[in-house]
Amino acid sequence: MSLMEKQNFFDSKAVDGLDRVDGRLKVTGAARYSAEFPIPKLTYGVLVTSTVAGGKIQSIDAKKAEHAPGVLAVISHFNAPQIPGYSEGSNPAKGQTTKGQPLRVFSDDTIYFYGQPVALVVADTLERAQFAAGLVQAQYQKASFQTDFDTNVTAADFPSQAKNRNSNGDYLRGEADAYKNAPVKIEAEYVIPTEVHNPMELQSIIAVWDTADKVTVYDKTQSLKGAQGTIAQAFKIPVENVQVVATYVGGAFGNALRTWPHEIAAVMAAQKVGRPVKVVISREQMFTMVGYRPYTWQKVGLGATADGKLVGISHEAISQTSTYEEFTEGTVNVSKFLYACPNVNTRYKILPLNVSTPTWMRGPGEASGAFALDCAMDELAYQLNLDPIELRLRNHADTDPERNLPWSSKYLKECYQEAADRIGWFKRNPKPRSMKTEDGMLIGYGMGTGSFSAGRSAATASIQMSADGTYTIQCATTDIGPGTATAMVQIASDVLQVPVEKIKFQLGNSSFPKAPSQGGSSTVSTVGSAVTAVCISLKNKLGELAIGQGEAASVKPADLTFANGQISSKDQSIKIAYADVLKKHSLPNLEVTEESKSGEERRKYSFYSFSVHFVEVNVHPATGQVKVKRVVSCADAGKIINHKTAGSQVIGGAIGGIGMALMEEAVIDNRFGRYVNNNLADYHVPVHADIPAIDAVFIDKKDPYINPMGSKGVGEISLIGMAAAVANAVFHATGKRVRDLPITPDKLV
Amino acid sequence: MEKDQCSVPDENLNENSGSSRRDFLKKSTFLSAIALTPVSLVTAAEKEMDEKLAAVFEKVPLKLEINGVKHALSVEPRVTLLDLLREQLQLTGTKKGCDHGQCGACTVHVNGKRQNSCLTLAVMHDGKKVTTIEGLANGADLHPMQEAFIKHDGFQCGYCTPGQIMSAVACIREGHANSETEIREYMSGNICRCGAYPNIVNAITEVKNGGQKV
Repeated sequence: MSLMEKQNFFDSKAVDGLDRVDGRLKVTGAARYSAEFPIPKLTYGVLVTSTVAGGKIQSIDAKKAEHAPGVLAVISHFNAPQIPGYSEGSNPAKGQTTKGQPLRVFSDDTIYFYGQPVALVVADTLERAQFAAGLVQAQYQKASFQTDFDTNVTAADFPSQAKNRNSNGDYLRGEADAYKNAPVKIEAEYVIPTEVHNPMELQSIIAVWDTADKVTVYDKTQSLKGAQGTIAQAFKIPVENVQVVATYVGGAFGNALRTWPHEIAAVMAAQKVGRPVKVVISREQMFTMVGYRPYTWQKVGLGATADGKLVGISHEAISQTSTYEEFTEGTVNVSKFLYACPNVNTRYKILPLNVSTPTWMRGPGEASGAFALDCAMDELAYQLNLDPIELRLRNHADTDPERNLPWSSKYLKECYQEAADRIGWFKRNPKPRSMKTEDGMLIGYGMGTGSFSAGRSAATASIQMSADGTYTIQCATTDIGPGTATAMVQIASDVLQVPVEKIKFQLGNSSFPKAPSQGGSSTVSTVGSAVTAVCISLKNKLGELAIGQGEAASVKPADLTFANGQISSKDQSIKIAYADVLKKHSLPNLEVTEESKSGEERRKYSFYSFSVHFVEVNVHPATGQVKVKRVVSCADAGKIINHKTAGSQVIGGAIGGIGMALMEEAVIDNRFGRYVNNNLADYHVPVHADIPAIDAVFIDKKDPYINPMGSKGVGEISLIGMAAAVANAVFHATGKRVRDLPITPDKLV
Repeated sequence: MEKDQCSVPDENLNENSGSSRRDFLKKSTFLSAIALTPVSLVTAAEKEMDEKLAAVFEKVPLKLEINGVKHALSVEPRVTLLDLLREQLQLTGTKKGCDHGQCGACTVHVNGKRQNSCLTLAVMHDGKKVTTIEGLANGADLHPMQEAFIKHDGFQCGYCTPGQIMSAVACIREGHANSETEIREYMSGNICRCGAYPNIVNAITEVKNGGQKV
């Protein structure tokens, strides 16, 4: 039975809207996150960080700390055990960086950025470790450093990887800068400041050496296999000797996709003190140790004919990275495919500064890029005196203009229509600063488009069926919040035709069958396909056993029907419950493992999810305070497995986009290279009072090619395009175009 | 400025500081060690004994009733209520999100009132009743707020959830759940980075309107 035979996937709404299978554990406090495992003889590690942004560590006076009660070790580069993987020039804390090497914790005296770990104090209680960490005195030989983007921007260069291909990474379709000669054109610069993921759970790890060459880590990660491989490589032990447990992850949004220095430090410390070590980094340290969305400058030029057909798009971006590692992302990608346009050129550069390395943050570079592109589209629409939706419809890409392939599925036009109707788009007066509430607040409507690659890679799942009719599926994926286990239980229930209560989905352990990182909106697509495959495989096995050697042996597998937990043949010679098949053959259980991956279809079609965000804001005319009053987000994410949890994801993404548009900005004091708002009181994220009811809508139509479920991803597109929608709404309300985020009141008065 | 009753007179500061007491303990331990122990073991014993003594002398007795269970504890005065719950009593349902009272993940009830447990020392609550998320349900029966959070999907990753729920219950008890606007205002100390706010407001509204005892 081929996977694609399962055409009727989720046509039944029987399990849609299922409550989260782990909901009870989460509301009772019983769900265990990585810092919460009770480990005997546990010790606590607290990191001491640099107070300069560049230079060398001259000395570290650890005497007082070492003599403080309960202290087991003060580890710095002066006494740290060698990390074997460090000395071999390999990449012991790898991530998808194009050049440079990840920060090698405690390996030498170089300071690259303010807040870099310089020592780890290990003590027998948290309080003792914290107290002793405060006693460590480091002396530095200061060197000059650069953290100011604007004054250093001329030093920006092409990523090494692009330079190695002799292409600089520039993209050109048709003629470069064609917009400049168009009848109608706009050219504008946009800035997105550094934003920090700031999941509510602090990055945490407990490292336990079980034997001299075997370690277990309870680690906050989105990538079990990634963490496993990285730790194995760093400590030169076999991969199977590293067990990574991440049963629950308290949010991550990208910052747990790679293995960071504090994780290596904890594993190293546990080895040194001969006891388990727990390291929970502080909220302040979350700003410098686990990545962030990089400060990005962009310039967009759009040119169109008088009737609103795009003639040229030019999109240029410069993003900051660290001095020791190149981080790149797809900031300008969105301009290559989102709208039909014969002439497109993009350029992407990076600027090394004395900061820590950025990483992917929800929507990653595409979210930064879509902010610029879709604000520019709004500006062009006003220039053309055309409705912003009409402009987008006139330039709708019916096929992928970048790869010259048909879309696997695309219902973007339906998204525009549905969301516009819901918010009452066409009832507004499009003239800027033309609408007011009764109490004098300026009303604005804005919209933005989002799109992100709908990925699918390889994953393996196992299923064990017990004779009591229960099923346990295992896969080494994680759940950072979307409700992975819930969706997988639904998929298995649908394929197996057994009730959800009979099925358990276990994740969060590297010893389970292989899955990729939970990132890039591809978990349902990738892991869901493996779950489908393993369930089909189990059914086939049950079918073979049911046919058996007896009188029913003439029945062909294709003649079997699987429904309501029963196998039956067309001629009714077989009619047996799944569980009875096992009993009949005296099998205590039946176990199957299957891998599933994408195939040829990825060469024939272009796979993307799409979204549209509409926003209504109120702006106080005197103070410039912006209040988001209504949001409608409509997503084309293929078939929706669970409208409740997917809806929550869309709502959450929209809220992330509101934060991006109106609040979030990590501010660095360039005199010291230090963040001045590295806490949740000063780094503003949306709170209850900032957020209205949000209408999350799905087109909910299957993608015929992506995977057996027909599901595309929803995580990124729920945020991508949202900041543009808010910024465009603020323009409509006030007549003022704010192109540097966040749109704080001072920029409107 | 007038000093409040908690402040320590300046002249006692040095005497009462941890380091001077530790110096005294070190000396006394050292002396007793010399008197009772062979010379070769003096150094090792000195350090270990010092730590044991420090551990005893630096702790104070504390009585707390947590989720209906009476605890007679001995804790260091610097231990926060949050760290006591999470690190010493294994009540890890209460979460640490910022340790600065800025996110609300650590919200518990102390004598029925919501409190950021990271922002208060455990010893300040001698004799008080603490309720954490683990103590909210009535045995196997979930509290109506817990039920409502599941029904309305008032969470994603689940990390802020215990704090949100403890705050939500208090919000209704305080009489601050009379409209969605009021709920949003009085729940704004609890940050949810996954963005479950609208669902949380729906859950609280339903419980409030349901009229069940919270």
